[in-house]
Amino acid sequence: MGAAGARDHRAEARRRARRSRRYRRDVRWSPYAFVAPFFLFFAAFGLFPLLYTGWASLHQVELTAPNEMHWVGLRNFSRLMSDEFFWNALRNTFTIGIISTVPQLLMALGVAHLLHFKLRGSMFFRVAVLTPYATSVAAATLVFVLLFGRDYGMVNWALGQLGLGPVDWQNGTWTSQFAVSTIVVWRWTGYNALIYLAAMQAIAPDLYESAALDGASRWQQFRHVTVPSLRPTILFTCVVSTIGATQLFGEPLLFNGGAGATGGSDHQFQTLGLYLYEQGWVNLHLGRASAIAWTMFLILLLIGAANWLISRALRKETT
Amino acid sequence: MRTRTNATRRVAALAVVAALGAGLLAGCADDGDSKDSTSSGSSSSSGGGGGGARTTLTVGVFGAFGLKEAGLYDAYMKLHPDIEIKQTSIERNENYYPQLLTHLGSGSGLADVQAVEVNNIAEVTATQAGRLEDLGKVRGVDKDAFLPWKWGQATTKDGKTVGLGTDIGPQGICYRKDLFAAAGLPTDREAVGKLWAGDWQKYLAAGERFKAKAPKGAAFVDSASGVMAAITGGSATRYYDGDGKVVYKSNPAVKDAWDTAASFATHGLTAKLQQFQPSWDQGFANGTFATVSCPAWMLGYIQDKAGEAGKGKWDVAAAPKPSNWGGSFLVVPSAGKHRAQAAELAAWLTAPAQQATLFEKRGSFPSARAAYALPAVSGAQHAYFGGAPIGQIFAKAAEGTPVQILGPKDLIIAQNLADVGMLQVDQKGRSPQSGWEAAVKAIDNALDQ
Repeated sequence: MGAAGARDHRAEARRRARRSRRYRRDVRWSPYAFVAPFFLFFAAFGLFPLLYTGWASLHQVELTAPNEMHWVGLRNFSRLMSDEFFWNALRNTFTIGIISTVPQLLMALGVAHLLHFKLRGSMFFRVAVLTPYATSVAAATLVFVLLFGRDYGMVNWALGQLGLGPVDWQNGTWTSQFAVSTIVVWRWTGYNALIYLAAMQAIAPDLYESAALDGASRWQQFRHVTVPSLRPTILFTCVVSTIGATQLFGEPLLFNGGAGATGGSDHQFQTLGLYLYEQGWVNLHLGRASAIAWTMFLILLLIGAANWLISRALRKETT
Repeated sequence: MRTRTNATRRVAALAVVAALGAGLLAGCADDGDSKDSTSSGSSSSSGGGGGGARTTLTVGVFGAFGLKEAGLYDAYMKLHPDIEIKQTSIERNENYYPQLLTHLGSGSGLADVQAVEVNNIAEVTATQAGRLEDLGKVRGVDKDAFLPWKWGQATTKDGKTVGLGTDIGPQGICYRKDLFAAAGLPTDREAVGKLWAGDWQKYLAAGERFKAKAPKGAAFVDSASGVMAAITGGSATRYYDGDGKVVYKSNPAVKDAWDTAASFATHGLTAKLQQFQPSWDQGFANGTFATVSCPAWMLGYIQDKAGEAGKGKWDVAAAPKPSNWGGSFLVVPSAGKHRAQAAELAAWLTAPAQQATLFEKRGSFPSARAAYALPAVSGAQHAYFGGAPIGQIFAKAAEGTPVQILGPKDLIIAQNLADVGMLQVDQKGRSPQSGWEAAVKAIDNALDQ
């Protein structure tokens, strides 16, 4: 009995050792297996296209014969420097980005602040502000095109009621850019508001309590408690919105429904995304389109770097 | 107990995997079957429906192409019980065409039969002929049935015909009788045709007469771009010359079309609309313009947009000069699995009888000359357009249209002339000269590789 017991014990120990080896291997490698799908997909649909686009941007290549590539070095990039359509698109992207991102984030902050109050049916309002985000770009834009119509649009009708003349929204530079921005603002304000709301709810209530004890009004609480606590979140939404604005595509494309990617007869609302699309998929110049894509990528890297510097400066300031 | 559940779970998982695997294998086997039926079943078509596996042929088109809507697929499947036809459609040709090119380049993702728009056919014929089947020698294809210029557009220099024409777009002028009457112009379609017969300048003159007494809010024509498209559609040489050189800048025919169309804008005869935009549709519904150059395929569009309210008000007269706008082709990619059957399908779909059906049901005008004599075409009247004999009006325009030289970048040149240059003149009030320069700049940028 004793010897058998000892043998059992040894076997048990061996088994346990084996199991723990397996356990350790499991703990060590399983996470990699679990995250592998993302990286495989990223390599296939993110990294490879990125590198291939970079490779194509160094060639003259047409969509009619995508396998015939002629090496041209940096010519596609250097010609962008003197391409007035590119500069025009860059300028438009910048201005539309500013007039859509700034009001959008300010309004989102305000909406989040209102939603943060105790109010009846708060769930309803939270879902309601998110509904524009759930609408497809195409559907939303098509409705806005009708609203901003020159002859029978509702906006011009309302202006007429106020005694103002009709505005040719699509043809003016500023008017068309304003119209495109309203679509962006309408779609994304609620989304950003919910992000702000989530961050607001993480602010400790005693901060407000003590502020209230000190006699701070709602507005002062908002300025001196809410906004400083939200700083990282605000920075995050700024970055995300800037990236979104740089890649703006669907709204200006559909705002000019019939005419494709020109962005208006004067290219007045042609963004970088639209110009890229026009070069690649209308004019079929894949090499030139790839160069624009990489230039956009580099611009985004610059924005990322600027953000990093700003956030570092802010952190230093607060500590 | 615990190990048991683990074991059962494992068994269940294995069973699922096995089932999926079997499904995959079955899928492959199925594929193999259909491949077999391709090689064996291409000559005989009557399989008796019941037993044999059916071959699925796919047709890729853009927009509401009409083949399906006219019931042609159903008719073909009835004739060939072993064939099943499925259609995939992409709404806009701007999205459809680049996708077709990438699919041709990679040799995958293609439908067995693909549609190609006339503005792209020169580029397809010049650059993709090696990836497409020669349809000129397929059984049932009769070269002489087609209009010679239509046949020539999809034939390479060494005689390979890569596309079979479906429809063409001979043009007339659609006009509003009520607005014409209000402005003191004739309303009978013969008399209206005579107003401008033979010369686009006379169309302009009629516009001036209309404007003098026009009802409030009604312009003579929808857009200057539409006029330009109609005029350029009637000249043999347009953007390219016979040697394949881009000549639009120096071609007097283009310059002439530009000047004439621009004077519609500068004389205030247009409603300043852009075609195929929502505001254009609203223009049809609200009667903001009295005339529009309309290819045969546009009649259905007008009927849709002008609706019941426009019934009895619209009519169609002959255009000043015969011209063509639009039309399509069917091609068969060589990468397809069922090439022989696909070619037979394309041949059948573009045969005169089917083109006549397509015209009868959808208003797409036949590119098969042989169809013009068929009663479905020669006797065709359009109830919405006051019973106009559209078969005869458009057949006359089709036969009078010159053989037009097409070039690979026709679409881009036409688009930039219309949507950049002429639109600036029409909607922004720029001078014809500065509009022209803007268009040239955009075209130069687009054509530069």
